[in-house]
Amino acid sequence: MQRIYIFKRFERFWHWSQALLIALMALTGFEIHGTYKLLGFEDAITVHTTSAWVLIGLWVFAIFWHLTTGEWRQYIPTTEKLLAMVRYYVTGIFTNAPHPFRVTGLSKHNPLQRLAYLVFKLVIAPTLWITGLLYLYYNAWEAWGLGDLDLETVALIHTAAAILMVVFFVGHVYMAFSGQTPLAHLKAMITGWEEVEEEKEA
Amino acid sequence: MTIVKQSFWTTIAIAVVVAAPSLAMAIGSTADHGKFEALDQQFASGPEVTRACLTCHTEAAKQIHGTKHWTWDFVNPKTGQRLGKKNVINNFCVSATPNIAECSSCHVGYGWKDDTFDFSSEENVDCLVCHDTTGTYSKKALRTPGKRKPNLKKMAQSVGPTSRATCGACHLSGGGGDAVKHGDLDPSVEHPDVFLDVHMDADGLDFTCSDCHGAKSHKVEGGRYDAKPHGNGGMTKHGKDEEHSHATCQSCHGDAPMKDEKLNEHTDKIACQTCHIPEYSRGDYPTKTWWDWSTAGTLDVDGKPFVAKDDWGWEVYNSKKGDFRWQRNVVPDYVWFNGTIRYTLLGDTFDPAKVLSVNALDGGPDDPDSRIYPVKVMRGKQPYDAVNKTLTAVQTTGKDGYWTTFDWDTAIDRGMTSVGAPYSGRYGFVETEMKWLITHMVAPADEALGCPSCHAKDGRLAAIEGVYIPGRDSNRLLDLAGYVLVLLTLAGVALHGALRVVFALRRRSRT
Ligand code: HEM
Repeated sequence: MQRIYIFKRFERFWHWSQALLIALMALTGFEIHGTYKLLGFEDAITVHTTSAWVLIGLWVFAIFWHLTTGEWRQYIPTTEKLLAMVRYYVTGIFTNAPHPFRVTGLSKHNPLQRLAYLVFKLVIAPTLWITGLLYLYYNAWEAWGLGDLDLETVALIHTAAAILMVVFFVGHVYMAFSGQTPLAHLKAMITGWEEVEEEKEA
Repeated sequence: MTIVKQSFWTTIAIAVVVAAPSLAMAIGSTADHGKFEALDQQFASGPEVTRACLTCHTEAAKQIHGTKHWTWDFVNPKTGQRLGKKNVINNFCVSATPNIAECSSCHVGYGWKDDTFDFSSEENVDCLVCHDTTGTYSKKALRTPGKRKPNLKKMAQSVGPTSRATCGACHLSGGGGDAVKHGDLDPSVEHPDVFLDVHMDADGLDFTCSDCHGAKSHKVEGGRYDAKPHGNGGMTKHGKDEEHSHATCQSCHGDAPMKDEKLNEHTDKIACQTCHIPEYSRGDYPTKTWWDWSTAGTLDVDGKPFVAKDDWGWEVYNSKKGDFRWQRNVVPDYVWFNGTIRYTLLGDTFDPAKVLSVNALDGGPDDPDSRIYPVKVMRGKQPYDAVNKTLTAVQTTGKDGYWTTFDWDTAIDRGMTSVGAPYSGRYGFVETEMKWLITHMVAPADEALGCPSCHAKDGRLAAIEGVYIPGRDSNRLLDLAGYVLVLLTLAGVALHGALRVVFALRRRSRT
């Protein structure tokens, strides 16, 4: 076994605070939606909007960080080994076959992850931010020249994206326990270090 | 003997006046009416008092002549409809005009008994009914004085501004009795505590009616014939101009008075009253919510009219009037309202098989002047012309009125004749409803409605159409798709995980 440093301090901070915020927002969001009762509508709104602002702040930092460090390249999609990954999750993982992808500091995400995170970052999250901000500034639409928009549409898109977010969340949490050892990924995101199998000299 | 008696009472009156600080001082006025020569006389009648008032207040009667309080006649500029107490029909006592000798006990004049009343007479303006401060003025006592004559001199010498008591003498007992009509105005508003009404709270702000319903030149601002469900874009001043009536919440509080910006943002769709008057009839009185005239006329075994009361002492049946229902602490109904009310007037036809709206409130979600507004809905059954399909005026009072004859046919015939409307000779009873704007009985801020009152599936605004209300509204299909998607994901993940465990155990048992 070999230990390599994958997740830098900022990345880990960003990941966990985002995870917490999104969990809170999903929890309060669906309460606002009327799915269940938890905090009460008023507190749910307060938590939801406060978290929204914190999350937006965090994202501004994260975008800046990705751009300045060049880490955004981690999310460029690739088809290389994509099928191999799919095959691994469908069969290999059960038979203890070797993982087709090897993480390195330069390439942290396997091709499936890349794709999933890209959808998260380019589709689900921005849809939530944009419709969420619109929702928040509903009374300013007229002044922004968006008078033709209607709240129902914005709310429905926001809800639809939130549903996708929950689906992503469930899948993502499960995958976190699907590393070389069940806790390997989790440890990596906490300490920054992941244990990987020694690479055989080619 | 009477002279001795009067001087005795005068002595008492003087003693009271001396002992208590004079009213002029109490209200900070620069004029003490007790010192005016014109008022230092024994008045024999109301009009005599008025003549004395007019010697100084030269324009007062002319001003009154131009008001709804005097004419009972009002043309709604928005609809062109001719309203006013003289013209409208309601589902309480139905119509004033055929019964004017009785109903004019709430007219600001002396002597309106029939259509010979002189509306140009200045001395027939009743100053005291609004400006008495002794609390002893009573139109009834003045019309039919008993042994003890009302002390008009004392009243004249202590006149002052209007009060909740003077306005309330009529407005807190509209519909023929205490608390009957409005729901948000009943005699408990004369001395309310802070919980009943934050503004009129007798131990607090102690607003009088005119603090909001300002009256420049005796023209009282506000009123439901030409109502305003929202402000005018800022604060206003009494009587500055009539367009910008003072009688809105916003005229003092502005358009965005709340600390929470999100709450302020609700004011584009929701009237202040909707959240700040969580219930009406919160005082000591229930209000009437049902009046069924069709059951009137049942007499007791002796052939006499009778009255039945509920456990609280409120009339639930009266031979003269029919069945009643009363309610207390009532959650209002809510409707879109833009300030325009359309009455069903005499002559307007309708379908008697349906519940008739006596006054329809205009407005809707796409109208920027509309707000969601609380109303008391008064329901009941009342007579109508079964052939012409119109509402009818009814003479209830007097020796030929229904309350004496118990004969609908003549009562309606006489009623219709007095308003100059045709009557086919056949009547029926139509179910009607009438909406009363709820705007008084404003609760303290911390008693205002919270979010979940409306942001819930079965909240107070469940019936309001045309707006998306988070927490109330959702798309069934989307919700269903959401549940299915999330459950499938959970199931998939659980299955995958279980398979991993099974395979791992198998591997271990093999080695
Ligand atoms: C920048 C991010 C976000 C902003 C600005 C935002 C803002 C809002 C706002 C303003 C509302 C309406 C609440 C109200 O009535 O005042 C709302 C509702 C909601 N939010 Fe968000 N939100 C964001 C992110 C999220 C996320 C990450 C989730 C879930 C994972 C989420 C789920 C929901 C749901 C389900 C509703 C209820 C929608 C409805 O029933 O109409 N939101 N959000």
